[in-house]
Amino acid sequence: MTEQAYNFAYLDEQTKRMIRRAILKGVAVPGCQVPFASREMPMPYGWGTGGVQVTAACLTPEDRLKVIDQGADDTTNAVSIRSFFRRTAGIAVTEATAEATLIQTRHRIPEHPLTEDQILVYQVPIPEPLRFLEPREPETRKMHSLEEYGLMHVKLYEDIARHGAIATSYDYPVKVEGRYVMDPSPIPKFDNPKLSGCPALQLFGAGREQRIYALPPYTSVVSLDFDDHPFDPGKADHDCDLCGAGDSYLDEVIIDDAGSRMFVCSDTDFCRGRRAAGHVGRLGTPAGAAA
Amino acid sequence: MYVAVKGGERAIENAHALLAEDRRGDTGVAELSVAQIREQLRLAVNRVMAEGSLFDPDLAALAIKQARGDLIEAVFLIRAYRTTLPRFGSSRPVDTGTMACSRRISATFKDAPGGQVLGPTFDYTHRLLDFRLAAEGQALPRPATADPVAGPVPHITSFLNREGLIETDRPGDDLPPDLTREPMELPAPRALRLQAITRGDEGFILSLAYSTQRGYGRTHAFVGELRIGTVAVEMDIPELGFAVEIGEVELTECETVNQFTGSKTEPPQFTRGYGLVFGQTERKAIAMSLVDRALRWKELGEDNTGAPAQDEEFVLMHADNVQATGFLEHIKLPHYVDFQAETELVRKLRAEGAARCQEAAE
Amino acid sequence: MTNPLTAETLGGGFDDAPIQSARAFRAALDAMARPGRIHVIAGARPPAPLSVAAGTLLLTLADGTTPVHLAGDIDCDALRGWITFHTGAPLVPAEAAVFAVGRWADLTPPRRFAIGTPEYPDRAATLIVEMPVLQSEGPVLTGPGIRDRARLTLPDPEAFRANHALFPLGFDTFLTCGNRVAGLPRSTRVEDF
Repeated sequence: MTEQAYNFAYLDEQTKRMIRRAILKGVAVPGCQVPFASREMPMPYGWGTGGVQVTAACLTPEDRLKVIDQGADDTTNAVSIRSFFRRTAGIAVTEATAEATLIQTRHRIPEHPLTEDQILVYQVPIPEPLRFLEPREPETRKMHSLEEYGLMHVKLYEDIARHGAIATSYDYPVKVEGRYVMDPSPIPKFDNPKLSGCPALQLFGAGREQRIYALPPYTSVVSLDFDDHPFDPGKADHDCDLCGAGDSYLDEVIIDDAGSRMFVCSDTDFCRGRRAAGHVGRLGTPAGAAA
Repeated sequence: MYVAVKGGERAIENAHALLAEDRRGDTGVAELSVAQIREQLRLAVNRVMAEGSLFDPDLAALAIKQARGDLIEAVFLIRAYRTTLPRFGSSRPVDTGTMACSRRISATFKDAPGGQVLGPTFDYTHRLLDFRLAAEGQALPRPATADPVAGPVPHITSFLNREGLIETDRPGDDLPPDLTREPMELPAPRALRLQAITRGDEGFILSLAYSTQRGYGRTHAFVGELRIGTVAVEMDIPELGFAVEIGEVELTECETVNQFTGSKTEPPQFTRGYGLVFGQTERKAIAMSLVDRALRWKELGEDNTGAPAQDEEFVLMHADNVQATGFLEHIKLPHYVDFQAETELVRKLRAEGAARCQEAAE
Repeated sequence: MTNPLTAETLGGGFDDAPIQSARAFRAALDAMARPGRIHVIAGARPPAPLSVAAGTLLLTLADGTTPVHLAGDIDCDALRGWITFHTGAPLVPAEAAVFAVGRWADLTPPRRFAIGTPEYPDRAATLIVEMPVLQSEGPVLTGPGIRDRARLTLPDPEAFRANHALFPLGFDTFLTCGNRVAGLPRSTRVEDF
């Protein structure tokens, strides 16, 4: 049931039109940050208001929504956003990546490959990849217009000079279709390769900063690097201790007072699916066995 | 055996229940009514209306009750409500010259037509706790005798205007941009700056204004006039062909007169800073006019001394407490994916550093 | 207002705007995100000669904040009245348009339309081109949104090639025919063969 006091998917129609126009322009110019008149949402700025507004503008009654935070469906903010849309749009929700038509995410791209029938909506805190190099918006806008990205390369190069490697492990900047440098949101750089050539449409919403941008399906997305220091997505030297996956992004969990650790998939749906299919990790128990 | 933490939904429900219980407090104490908050915590109501950008004392009082007195939270509730309301049009500019003033003072003239009206102010109270207020059921206060000064009351700065001593404000025909409907674009026209400041956080605007007084973008401000009262809000109705009054709002207006010795482009004259805020909110209105004046350095041909209050982008992008509090507090959301990526990076850099040291030693 | 309020003007809107515009937007979004793919888009019943698809796009995207240009025989009393009543969009010359609707011959020369500014490439017009036929054949398209290549009926491949050459500036286009729509953003390359 939707709550009668609010419009379908919460936002009023005029607001949705404004957001929809911004999304279309974002799609037409991949990686370019389109300003939009972000609204105050009933959750705080910085908690996904940009993603929520993009999702609200895209939802239809036929959609099946999945919401993840840190790759997990059961983190409290993901639960809260999912229940917001269940209440205000009356849509079906799911935790299974493969079953979802629209996925709103914070900080991860699901492990399960996305399809053409899906939209992935990212929550973005700071959409401007150059912001921490140049705090002024008119300046960074000019840099994008002139395709002047030298500052970013200088920063990455200084990292290499100082640390021997690029010291950015998440929120790693990318170049879209050889034109715009784009902030992929704070996903770990492990996820960066999934941005490129993705069959799903990827939309990015930054509420507080009032920006929307997009990656149409099959868009070329290249993580910035140097010939002698190629981009390295990186990965922990472990397999998932529950499902044994060797190719997924892992959370490190401290399991006792002595500081013992285990590594588990950050994508909870992916891990559950593997365990159900009979995969067992170092500390896992076979599917069906009592935990 | 490790089991991932589950039950986010139930945890949230329980948190909501605890919040409701805490909000009510000791049930042996009578519950506050919205009307009590509206009538007896009026300055809190005013602040919530000003920063919430919605003139509705009942809703602001409700928000304060729901927010357990956290005014930023109350502002947030009002903003989130306001943003969903349909827009029927915009009002005509209010004419503060016709204000029915409950308070009106000038620091630049001993007296002026219309008179100085002290009104309900803390200014000359001695800040001694009044323990009589702690006693319940006391007698009603003695009614004051002064009535609001019926308008129109001329603006004090208009007297300076006659001599050409103060810059003239040219009324613009352009519909000012609406901060709540269009994304902020910089540089911002003055109308947009004033909108951002009037709904900006009172503490932030106060501190910026204070910093200009202490020399960070000094503007030499005098309070030319501070007036508080109600004005009519009128709206053009296209079908009728004339404007109708749709209600009235209480406003605080402050005009500062700022010494100005002239610049490359402007002659020596007094300049203006302007503050206009919902309700009786004079600290905010005065602070607003100081910050407004400091931000006008470019159009007046003054030097940018690098003071924070002169930095339009710094002021406008950080004045909003709903944005600020949301982003500040979001760092308590889980960030373990990014933290994990950082952990891996630090381990890698340390390992490489250790290897380099080893090589160097060999 | 010069137009009488007729049944034709007042009718033909969405019966359930939040739901119908949501579905229509998804069709438009998918069209723009996957150039060359043809989608069904419906809900509006505009007066002739506007197609269902073009009318639905306008009801979904246009409002009082988006000036609309009506070109050629689309610029008739019935449609002026219908668009004004249902969207509130001001009707303007080509240069000021956020949306422009008409047959290609009536929209040329397309140089008149806003192509955005270097700082704000998004401030560009969206053309809604009414097509006599719309099929997945014709010039080859490549670029973002297209896995390998796509084909689409285009009124004037050279004009779209010239528009792409302006990237990241340029207008964006919906092609409409009956209740079908396809998208052609400025990012799409129209190949020579």
